[in-house]
Amino acid sequence: MIEARGLARTFKSRSRTVEAVRGVDIDVAAGELVGFLGPNGAGKTTTLRMLTTLLRPSAGSATVAGRDLLTDSLGVRRQIGYVAQGGGSAPECRVVEEIEIQGRFYGLSKAESIRRGRALAEHLDLDGLEQRLVRTLSGGQKRRLDIALGLIHSPRLVFLDEPTSGLDPQSRANLWQHIRSLRDEHGVTVFLTTHYLDEADALCDRVLVIDDGTIVAAGSPDELKSTVSGDGVTVGVPAESTVDAAEIAGHLPGAHEVSTTEDTVSFRVPRGDTALPELLRALEAKGIAMTSIQVQRPSLDDVFLTVTGRSLRDAQEVPGAA
Amino acid sequence: MLRETWLVFRRHTAVSLRSPAWVIIGIIQPVLYLVLFGPLMEKIVANTPGFPPGDAWQILTPGLLVQLGLFGSMFAGFALLADISTGVLERMRVTPVRRLALLLGRVLHDMVQLLVQAVLLVVLAALVFGLRAPLAGVALCLVMVALLGICLSSCSYAVAAILRSEETFPPVLTSVSVPLLLLTGILVPITMDLAPRWLYVLSRINPFAHVMDAERAAFRGEYSVDALLTGSVVLCVVTVLAVWWGARTFHRENA
Repeated sequence: MIEARGLARTFKSRSRTVEAVRGVDIDVAAGELVGFLGPNGAGKTTTLRMLTTLLRPSAGSATVAGRDLLTDSLGVRRQIGYVAQGGGSAPECRVVEEIEIQGRFYGLSKAESIRRGRALAEHLDLDGLEQRLVRTLSGGQKRRLDIALGLIHSPRLVFLDEPTSGLDPQSRANLWQHIRSLRDEHGVTVFLTTHYLDEADALCDRVLVIDDGTIVAAGSPDELKSTVSGDGVTVGVPAESTVDAAEIAGHLPGAHEVSTTEDTVSFRVPRGDTALPELLRALEAKGIAMTSIQVQRPSLDDVFLTVTGRSLRDAQEVPGAA
Repeated sequence: MLRETWLVFRRHTAVSLRSPAWVIIGIIQPVLYLVLFGPLMEKIVANTPGFPPGDAWQILTPGLLVQLGLFGSMFAGFALLADISTGVLERMRVTPVRRLALLLGRVLHDMVQLLVQAVLLVVLAALVFGLRAPLAGVALCLVMVALLGICLSSCSYAVAAILRSEETFPPVLTSVSVPLLLLTGILVPITMDLAPRWLYVLSRINPFAHVMDAERAAFRGEYSVDALLTGSVVLCVVTVLAVWWGARTFHRENA
């Protein structure tokens, strides 16, 4: 559905040249739900804008929904749906008018556009809001309207830029449902960007991790997590026993990255669940009284940390990122 | 292409129809000139040599029409800036609708709104202030106003699309519109007898001064004078250039 090779984009301003995207390869098969994960400013939106014909790549080529991105941008636009980060509905318009005219932009007849608009409104829990002005909608409703606008022509491929950013947890969970059903019930291929780890983890079949304009890792959330070597275990022990406890932990089969704080010992083992009983026994044998214990499955943040050397949460705070 | 332009036109018109107050707000300024400045013109025109022929209202009304066309249409870019910041423009740019249709639909909407305002203004001048002008001349004048609107709103969209900033657009607008309006001779015609030579020459460089002369000639019913021909040709040329500029800007990415 998407096949991009060496897609790159440089922005030139008076003082400097910024390589926003440095040659990415992207392959998305039909029916996949793929997430583009990375901190703000990593190049997610720029890549998306290239794939949706809004921005001309500085280098590289791509086939999107069977059409050549560079030579047949109109063909690409006919085939895809795109929902921008900030949406695209006008506050002064009525919901029903925006949906109808959007359908007609794609060449649908008035009647067909209205019919599909109704079906979409029902599907996206927008029914009853048709006559409302867009500016009176809640954040979640407006986001669903924007998605309806992107789906009116029943595209086989939909691009969603940060679909749930700025939404409350309930609206997010609700929107996830809608995005899943797009794929499950309608066979739509979905390509979305997100800087939320949980979103990529919960929603996507496959995740492409992008940092500083380069794809640094790709795979299903589980595959990615398995590249991080093992589960993280943190044990709370009395301050005077940390050294002993650390030594015991270090002797567990496969244990590594042992570190201590004042009253905890942390390490990684291939399987936290099976390592625990052994650890408990060994600590008891030494007479060390454990105060707490925590086992953490690797998260996508650990993946990001492993491939880039910094946490995704810290990366968000890079100044000047946009 | 026609269908797409029509759709874009319809969408913007639907929004305007929902708040028709803007049409009225748009002509408040020229109406104020008509009411508070027009009566002064009567005496001045009668007692000052050098004015073009015709009475005060035949001189002032076409002037206010041109002012409406220039000033009103110049602000069109604000609507585009709003659509850029809400993402509406970008949403439309990902649909198969041609970029030129996105521009033309908007421009036509602005033109129709301008014509409604122009007709209101002329009717008011005729009914309240006894403006007398040949119907054909007024009709011709309105056609020119329509072209003026197309020209100026295309330019306004081009500038807005290039600047993409609600902060820099207004100052740019003011720095262009004020000299342009003054050099068009809207209230007091810039004739060879009234103006010093340098000012007259300066005004001749301004294409809209020629349009102004043509409109006044049309209001007097003088269809054979050179001014009308020159003004019409100049107007057509600048309009074509403006639409071309607007289209080029809309075709570029990011616009």
